[in-house]
Amino acid sequence: MKLTHRNIEKDGCGSIGLIPEESEDMWHAYNLISEGDAVTASTVRKVQTESSTGSSTSNRVRTTLTIRVETIDFDTQACVLRLKGRNIVENQYVKMGAYHTLDLEQNRKFVLQKVLWDSVALERVDTACDPSATADVAAVVMQEGLAHVCLITPSMTLVRSKIDVTIPRKRKGFVQQHEKGLNKFYDAVMQGILRHIDFSIVKCIILASPGFVKDQFFDYMMQQAVKTDNKLLIDNKGKFLLVKASSGFKHSLKEVLQEQSVMAKISDTKAASEVKLLESFYTMLQLEPAKAFYGKKHVEKANEALALETLMISDKLFRCQDVLKRKEYVALVDSARENGCDVRIFSSMHVSGEQLDQLTGIAAILRFPMPELEDSDAEDDSGTESD
Amino acid sequence: MARHRNIRNRRDSDDYDYDDVYGHSVEEDSCLSPSDTSQWIYDRSRNHHAISSFLDSHDDIQEEAEEDTAEQTRPELERRESTDIRNLALTDADEAKLLSCLDELRDILGDTVSENVLIQTVLTNKFDFAKALDEILNRNKNKDKEPEKVISKPPPVVLIESAKPVVSNIDKTPKVIAINVEPKVGVIKGFKVEQDGGSGSRPQTPRDQSPATERTIQIPSKVKEKIDPNKQYSTERGSEKDHLYIVVIGHVDAGKSTLMGRLLCELGEVSQRTLHKYEQESKKIGKQSFMYAWVLDETGEERVRGITMDVGRAQFETKTKKVIILDAPGHADFIPNMITGAGQADVALLVVDATRGEFESGFELGGQTREHALLVRSLGISQLTVAVNKLDTANWSEERFNEILNKLKLFLKQAGFKESDVTFVPCSGLTGENLVKPPTELELCKWYKGPCLLDVIDQCNVPVRPVAKPLRITINDIFKGTGTGFCVAGRIENGVLNKGDKVLVCPIKEIAEVKGISINDLSSNVAFAGDQVSVTLSGVDIQNVAVGFVLSDPVQQVPVSSRFEARLVVFNVKVPITKGYPVLIHHQSLVESANIVKLKALLNKSTGEVLKKKPRCLGNNSVAVVDIEVCRPICIERYKDVKELGRVMLRVAGVTIAAGLITDIYNT
Repeated sequence: MKLTHRNIEKDGCGSIGLIPEESEDMWHAYNLISEGDAVTASTVRKVQTESSTGSSTSNRVRTTLTIRVETIDFDTQACVLRLKGRNIVENQYVKMGAYHTLDLEQNRKFVLQKVLWDSVALERVDTACDPSATADVAAVVMQEGLAHVCLITPSMTLVRSKIDVTIPRKRKGFVQQHEKGLNKFYDAVMQGILRHIDFSIVKCIILASPGFVKDQFFDYMMQQAVKTDNKLLIDNKGKFLLVKASSGFKHSLKEVLQEQSVMAKISDTKAASEVKLLESFYTMLQLEPAKAFYGKKHVEKANEALALETLMISDKLFRCQDVLKRKEYVALVDSARENGCDVRIFSSMHVSGEQLDQLTGIAAILRFPMPELEDSDAEDDSGTESD
Repeated sequence: MARHRNIRNRRDSDDYDYDDVYGHSVEEDSCLSPSDTSQWIYDRSRNHHAISSFLDSHDDIQEEAEEDTAEQTRPELERRESTDIRNLALTDADEAKLLSCLDELRDILGDTVSENVLIQTVLTNKFDFAKALDEILNRNKNKDKEPEKVISKPPPVVLIESAKPVVSNIDKTPKVIAINVEPKVGVIKGFKVEQDGGSGSRPQTPRDQSPATERTIQIPSKVKEKIDPNKQYSTERGSEKDHLYIVVIGHVDAGKSTLMGRLLCELGEVSQRTLHKYEQESKKIGKQSFMYAWVLDETGEERVRGITMDVGRAQFETKTKKVIILDAPGHADFIPNMITGAGQADVALLVVDATRGEFESGFELGGQTREHALLVRSLGISQLTVAVNKLDTANWSEERFNEILNKLKLFLKQAGFKESDVTFVPCSGLTGENLVKPPTELELCKWYKGPCLLDVIDQCNVPVRPVAKPLRITINDIFKGTGTGFCVAGRIENGVLNKGDKVLVCPIKEIAEVKGISINDLSSNVAFAGDQVSVTLSGVDIQNVAVGFVLSDPVQQVPVSSRFEARLVVFNVKVPITKGYPVLIHHQSLVESANIVKLKALLNKSTGEVLKKKPRCLGNNSVAVVDIEVCRPICIERYKDVKELGRVMLRVAGVTIAAGLITDIYNT
């Protein structure tokens, strides 16, 4: 993302101009824009004009509109952000108050106006505009009959393709069917890799599976590559990294990202560090339950006691529609930072973020044990209920 | 509908399910063909020949009588087949207490007392398990005194029947059979009376069977089922040897496949020529010790690597049983396959390596001996044979045998196996010692006087097959067969499957027709609960069917849901289980990713009382009630309805973290 201008008043209101450059920037934009913000962007609108004789003609016009955002849609697969709202700036073609839906496009500038730019939003702008943080990793987690081809970017894990094939089991005298089914499956995974992974961008491709599936698949793929003379695969052979995983389901990516050899290759991506952090939270919960807490109430209380050491919070909480709630969370983050706490905002698009979301979206490791929090459970129950 | 009721009023014998009649057209009500009659007569005579039926008939009447008195004393409770616990308006805590008390009671009483009685007793005793048990047992004693009176009473069914004015000729044949044979059948197969009532997934009321008999006579293939699955079972299987499914488990390289391969060779199930071929080929790749394992490990991959990867199967016969072995992989990575295999088995054979160091490594934390044993126990297998393999490497030392025996005994007891259900056998797979013949090795003869492995397997009890319950088959394999349609393989958990039946493929809820059934590669017209079958289906597309689906009775359908409540027993876990913890659930052969969405209550392990409501996390060895959400709808049953479909295993990162029983299913 490119920052074109930044114009923020002392009281926090103001506007920022941004140019999204890749699909991931759309995700950042999605997290930045909230309901009630004003967005200016160029768009195409069908305009009907009525001539003096009464005949009407309609034509498409490219124009720049500013709308007050009412609904936000984000398509995670295509990475498209769609904003719907009323027009608030007078325009040659569009009346004030008319509804319009803006599609934010890559490489086109948009200006975002907020009543209040809070610290979380500003931080998001900074991370989005940090060019060094682009390290893409592709991962294929598989088991016999099931594979997920995923793309891991700093702030997102995208499942590009899911392959679910039933492979006949081995049975007396029918071994061929099993092997045929297996080859079909490998072929599908290979096609998935070729179609969805851009070898010029990704740093490495992780193949992860239980047992020997990954080895078998890798052998199969390379054989096929030689057979069909697929230069792309042969040239990138060194990029493949074979790792053990317990299953072909998406959340086994967590294990993959914790693997030493993977860590070494992608240590700078957010995904791996988030997994590590969440894991340490769980370990703490096991070893010293009075030093690890989740749920808003518990964490808030711990914060009041200046006990927070690491705060994990899902970005989903900042996207919530309720402005007041967002304010509460922002205040929590700010005060925690002030107290010298390490605040990590998890991306809800990663597997670790997904898990944190399920775990009320907020969790913390404390500096010192606070067993009294645990005892105050009874009243807390309603607070942690997020579903 | 009206006509059903009409007919029903005419007769009043017991347990015909309404759905048995469903789907028959009106035209089928016409007369009986001679061939069918002969079939009926044949059936009856065949049963009379079964000696055991005569032997046990006395007992049986008593049992009937008992049931009658029970009904007289507490008719209301007994008749309602299942109470919805939620209707009792209990608090969460009380409900949990109640459930755990019930479980305890059932452990002791088995299924002999109906659930309503249990619930009532527990409630009146304020969840005091000991008191409740006392009361129930005392009641039963009182009951036992009564039967003499009742026996003198003629069976009610007959009386009512003779009183009926409108009974057609056609009707009579089957009726007589029903009266004569039914009770005996129950005894032959060791069915307890309450089994007949069947507590299916849906509350069933005992219904009149007269429409069933009258209508089904016209379709020979279906007649049997409609009459009485239990009877059909005994006519088809009464004379045959019982089928016993045994899963072979143990740590990797304990010699499971070799032991089984050798056993098969000794029994002559493998031809000399094949064996010779294996010997030559294994020699060629320098792994001659694997030659017996190759009998079961068939894929190239398995042979090259020298490990079992998927469940291998083979069968042989003992004196009294037909045994089907399921050779499970021992490697930690293939535990999903092992669970699939164990889910289909009745009993388990745990193979341990007696070699010094090997046993220890398999038995230590993280070794498969432990995990497998825990898994099969959690999957409901209670009979276990432990084969102490490779004892030749320890020079057939008794000391070593006892060392292993003591260590395992302690562990297995903790895992929940009864001591009487566990048998230890010393043997050697590679040399074939003590497999099918008594030991010849002098060292072993000195101290071992017990039976050989084959005899131990022969002595295993075959569990009762719930043939009278609504049909449930879990699919664990899908493949293209010969001819039209495609085949699914799986185990019949409940009920009876006939060729030509319509079954509902769940959770996609499509109707398919059964074109063919084969049991162990032999085609058959009918298959019963407990059988491993491959079923040729038509009417659904192979693309839409996946492993883990359930073939269900079209009327009494299997519940499909993506959210359920379960009582978990947490094993040794590295990190605690919290809300939102992503897990893989293993349910029969199905593996699906799921989340624990709610931790409801932490229970006391032994008493079952609630320690803490809504705990923050679940640590090692805790017992808790949780809600689990699966990422897509699956077929599940409550544990109390269908045990096999009511169990789940939770695994994370290749380790089994918990086993659960489904206590409630939410509609989603």
